[in-house]
Amino acid sequence: MSKFVKLALLFAMILGVFGVGVASAQPAGCPEGIWDEATMTAELISACAGELAGTVVTMTGPFTDQDEVKFNEAIAPFEEWTGIDIQYTGSKEFEAAIPAAIEGGAVTDIVDFPQPGLLRRFVEGGYVIDVSTFLNAEWLEQNYIQSWLDMATIAGPEGEIMAGVWNRINGKSLVWYPIQAWEEAGYEIPTTWDELIALNAQIVADGSSPWCVGIESGAATGWAATDWIEEIMLRTTSLENYDNWTIPADAESRLLFTSPEVTNAATVLGDLWFTENNVYGGREAIASTFFGDAPLPMFEEPAGCYMHKQGNFITSFFPEGTQPGVDYGVFYLPPIDEAYGRPFLVAGDIYSMFHDRPEVRAVMDFFSRGESVRGWLASGGALSPHRDASLDWYGVELERNIASLIADATSVRFDGSDLQPGVVGAGSFWKGMTDWISGTVDLETALAEIDAAWPTE
Amino acid sequence: MQKQKRRAVIIVNGILFLIVLAWSIPTIGLLVSSIRYRNDIRTSGWWTTLPHNAWVATGNQLPIPEGQTRDAPITINGVTATYAEWQQGVNMPDGTRLVWVGNLRRGQLEEFRQELSVNTNFTFQNYEQVIGGRQYQIQNPDGTTETVQGDDMLGAFLNSLTVAIPATIIPILIAAFAAYGFAWMSFPGRKLLFILVVALLVVPLQIALVPILRDYGQIGLNGTFLGVWLAHAGFGLPLATYLLYNYISGLPREILESAFIDGASHFTIFVRLILPLSVPALASFAIFQFLWVWNDYLVALIFLGFNQTNEVLTIRIADMVGSRGQDWHLLTSAAFVSMIVPLLVFFGLQRFFVRGLMAGSVKG
Amino acid sequence: MQARLDQPIAEGGSFKLDQMLLSIGMIVITFIALYAGFVFLRDSTADRILIAIAAIIWGVGGIALLYFVFNNLVEKLPGLWMNRLQPFIFVGPAVILLAWYLAMPTVRTLYASFFDANTVNFVGLNNYFTVFTQRQMVEAWTNNLLWIIVGTVLVVVFGLLIAILADRSKFESTAKSLIFMPMAISMVGAGVIWKFIYDNNPEIGLLNAIVQGLGGEPQAWLTLVQPWNNVFLIIVVVWLQTGYAMVLISAAIKGIPEELLEAARVDGANEIQIFFRIILPSIAGTLVTVVTTVIIFMLKIFDVVMVMTGGQFGTEVVGVRFYRAAFTEGNAGFASAIAIVLLIAVIPVMVYNLRQFSQRQTF
Repeated sequence: MSKFVKLALLFAMILGVFGVGVASAQPAGCPEGIWDEATMTAELISACAGELAGTVVTMTGPFTDQDEVKFNEAIAPFEEWTGIDIQYTGSKEFEAAIPAAIEGGAVTDIVDFPQPGLLRRFVEGGYVIDVSTFLNAEWLEQNYIQSWLDMATIAGPEGEIMAGVWNRINGKSLVWYPIQAWEEAGYEIPTTWDELIALNAQIVADGSSPWCVGIESGAATGWAATDWIEEIMLRTTSLENYDNWTIPADAESRLLFTSPEVTNAATVLGDLWFTENNVYGGREAIASTFFGDAPLPMFEEPAGCYMHKQGNFITSFFPEGTQPGVDYGVFYLPPIDEAYGRPFLVAGDIYSMFHDRPEVRAVMDFFSRGESVRGWLASGGALSPHRDASLDWYGVELERNIASLIADATSVRFDGSDLQPGVVGAGSFWKGMTDWISGTVDLETALAEIDAAWPTE
Repeated sequence: MQKQKRRAVIIVNGILFLIVLAWSIPTIGLLVSSIRYRNDIRTSGWWTTLPHNAWVATGNQLPIPEGQTRDAPITINGVTATYAEWQQGVNMPDGTRLVWVGNLRRGQLEEFRQELSVNTNFTFQNYEQVIGGRQYQIQNPDGTTETVQGDDMLGAFLNSLTVAIPATIIPILIAAFAAYGFAWMSFPGRKLLFILVVALLVVPLQIALVPILRDYGQIGLNGTFLGVWLAHAGFGLPLATYLLYNYISGLPREILESAFIDGASHFTIFVRLILPLSVPALASFAIFQFLWVWNDYLVALIFLGFNQTNEVLTIRIADMVGSRGQDWHLLTSAAFVSMIVPLLVFFGLQRFFVRGLMAGSVKG
Repeated sequence: MQARLDQPIAEGGSFKLDQMLLSIGMIVITFIALYAGFVFLRDSTADRILIAIAAIIWGVGGIALLYFVFNNLVEKLPGLWMNRLQPFIFVGPAVILLAWYLAMPTVRTLYASFFDANTVNFVGLNNYFTVFTQRQMVEAWTNNLLWIIVGTVLVVVFGLLIAILADRSKFESTAKSLIFMPMAISMVGAGVIWKFIYDNNPEIGLLNAIVQGLGGEPQAWLTLVQPWNNVFLIIVVVWLQTGYAMVLISAAIKGIPEELLEAARVDGANEIQIFFRIILPSIAGTLVTVVTTVIIFMLKIFDVVMVMTGGQFGTEVVGVRFYRAAFTEGNAGFASAIAIVLLIAVIPVMVYNLRQFSQRQTF
């Protein structure tokens, strides 16, 4: 018996040491006139008045490391104004952890989805709160181009809902090049596809490889190839076809991978990649080169290749110390058929809401505003989809240029593989591309196998 | 006889040395990489830190012959090779190597000579960053820059210990009792329950995450250490019970018989006799369970919740190495840092693997 | 059997109510104390080190205490009841935990395996049909068979060889530590190490540097060298897991009485004879255990393949298919069917274990 008494005493002693103390600072309130009150939700107005101070909003997503720090820095002013504590925790095994947390009822208030395809699953399961029930519809239409709102609208069990707000985006239709090597060789930025092909031929004739391509990415091998197909699709067929290919309204309107449009896009890609001397290391290197290593030969002496198409995140894989504007530059992947304008392929993060509380509503409203990424734009590494985000806010010249490229685009479309059902967009599409590129199967078979995986419902 | 014995010793140690060497090469590679600079890791092999023959530029340059094409062979200083080969570098008869730098129109030939070289550009910076936290340069909207210091490892380290120690001991205790029960006690359903234990070895723990999270939500265990311990205990039990059963059932029957004759109860026999005799088995399972728990990411993330104060070491490290895992210089040093504790556990428990525990006990 | 009848009379012969009440009281107090501890730990904001220590004491001590107080109660019961209930004190907690954490989710999985992706429509055996006919699944099963055969043989043979050699070497501790070390490396760390070996670029990948040094052409070992890339993946796992087999086998070898070995040597047996006649039979039980667990491990193999190739380039395995079906594709029905087939697949492995289990004599 005495053992327990001692044990109980020990616990009591430990308890004594535990103190609970919460200090709450007086919120400063939002700056005067920063947002038009007519566009704000009641919750954001009360948050700005400091009435929600001391509340906590939890959030998770795939930002870690530098991205997480930049995100926290960007939202810090809002936390000071309102006294709402936004606790963000980034996680690597997002793919496995988030579904379990959502279905197990242990999810954070807000979740950041880098792929709308994954979000779709939870909307269909009825887990996601419809933000159009409280956000000002006019404001959303005013602050986002229609494409973004369309992509946030997803069918749930009780009809279509607005499944979240877009906050940070990445541009994909970008070709990176080593400035010094280009100057030495006397190359000029191509503005049309014909110029690009001419440059391609020039580089080959000069005895170098025009392109560096790598699609190996461990568990996600193949995604870099799907981006290329999407770029070519946007440049060789109508937006309607692109949408029917990525998010068809129903089974009948779906554009198959075996359709002439997709087959043509793949053929264009094949002609570019598989022609001898066009790609550094040849066809074999494409399939087996890690996507992050792929651009490195551009920076070798002599340059192993002269062009690399990839989203703006790729700069974090460039050699340490290389400077934008000095060591590398970027240009827009030119249109192929002028009839389809200047489309731009993007990816981005949509923030979705899982618990409905006033402070969560206020934070969601905040995320629909450019102010929420202002700090991030300044420190670099993000682009804003918000119309009220000024180009002046960009701290990195190159990113400002990308942002204006996107603003100048005649159409903006989201990375198709992120929109397609996971079994295709994060499965058979990747695999089909890899199998085709590594020569395991021919194009026809690869495309048919991708189609076969599309869910039948 | 003596000579033969010495030969046996040499053979045993020789083979052992070869195997251990083969096993250690990757680890050595990791260790060496962990003290190299980011760019070095990405551009040259770790073995270049050993003395090796490398081509070093002599500074001599030759002009390239004009008007060449990529397909026709090109002859330079009497050696003929294709353009692609010249780009790779061609060994000349005088022992030098000529490399075509630049393209067909512009460029030059650079001369290299083989020299013994060692790449000894080492740094402890990677470890400093992993242990002390990374520093981030942030530019504010007003144009000022500030440095943000990332979290250090201490909190995550303590969390990992708090998770790992009970999550190792609890399942061992429970499994040891169960193993004894299966091995030496008779009760209805014994066989069926044992089948259950072994069959569950193959069940992927991912199927359990959602139902367990829901149960935890009901009883308020989400985000608690108890929740993680029990989860690790539950997922580790099949193997623990199976391994310990194998050992405990193999103990000599006579020991138990004589104890019963002396009037001991099952509980007393288990605590006083079986546990001490099972130390090697307990120690070996403890090592494995500790390792798995220590290196686990998913269970900790899900049951401790998305919550920075509860972050364990694996999560901390994974978050540090770049959103796309590009920072190999940190990955390698972090791998070593997180290895230290499991290795200490291994060394600490290894002394229990000794001969002669059973000696004398049979006679009881 | 004799002991079982004698023993209750020898110990708990008389039944005392007051002692029983005391035991029950102890249980109640234990629960209260543990609950109080739980509430502290859940709600406290004290210093991290303190919480960590308190949590460890609470968790480990609590479980030990629970066994003690419950057993204490049972031992106060009349002999017959004590004999009936005591085994459940021993195996009960394990069974309850297993039922909660694994068995019940498995039953739920079995149910879900007959339904479609969202567990809404009944689809009968369709998912099971897919598990055996889909091209990727056929590839996965074939590869898993390779993993089970090659992987298990290599892990067990190396584990045994190292354990035996180390037992005779002065450098036992060092050698075993170095073999064990890979087990302590996290999966991400292991991924990087092997990248430095298998990388396509001979500047970074050791294997290609060696191949090039010998005058060969660098290869993309993990991707394009099919089907051998499976073997290169297996080598990674053998490197990681041999320590497991070595530790267990080594512990078993230490359990062989020295007198037995000495006696054999005196009788003039050579080392090979000693190995086959004494060591092997003595550790047979452990070997069965090691082989069983390693086979199951290879059947479930997942993370190495996922990290290094994602199951592409012809390296698909069942564990990766399961993971993708469950998480990326959100196909609960199909994922469940895979899990259930895995469960059925271990039956042959269990048969041997159970035969030996049934033959045991208990008290």
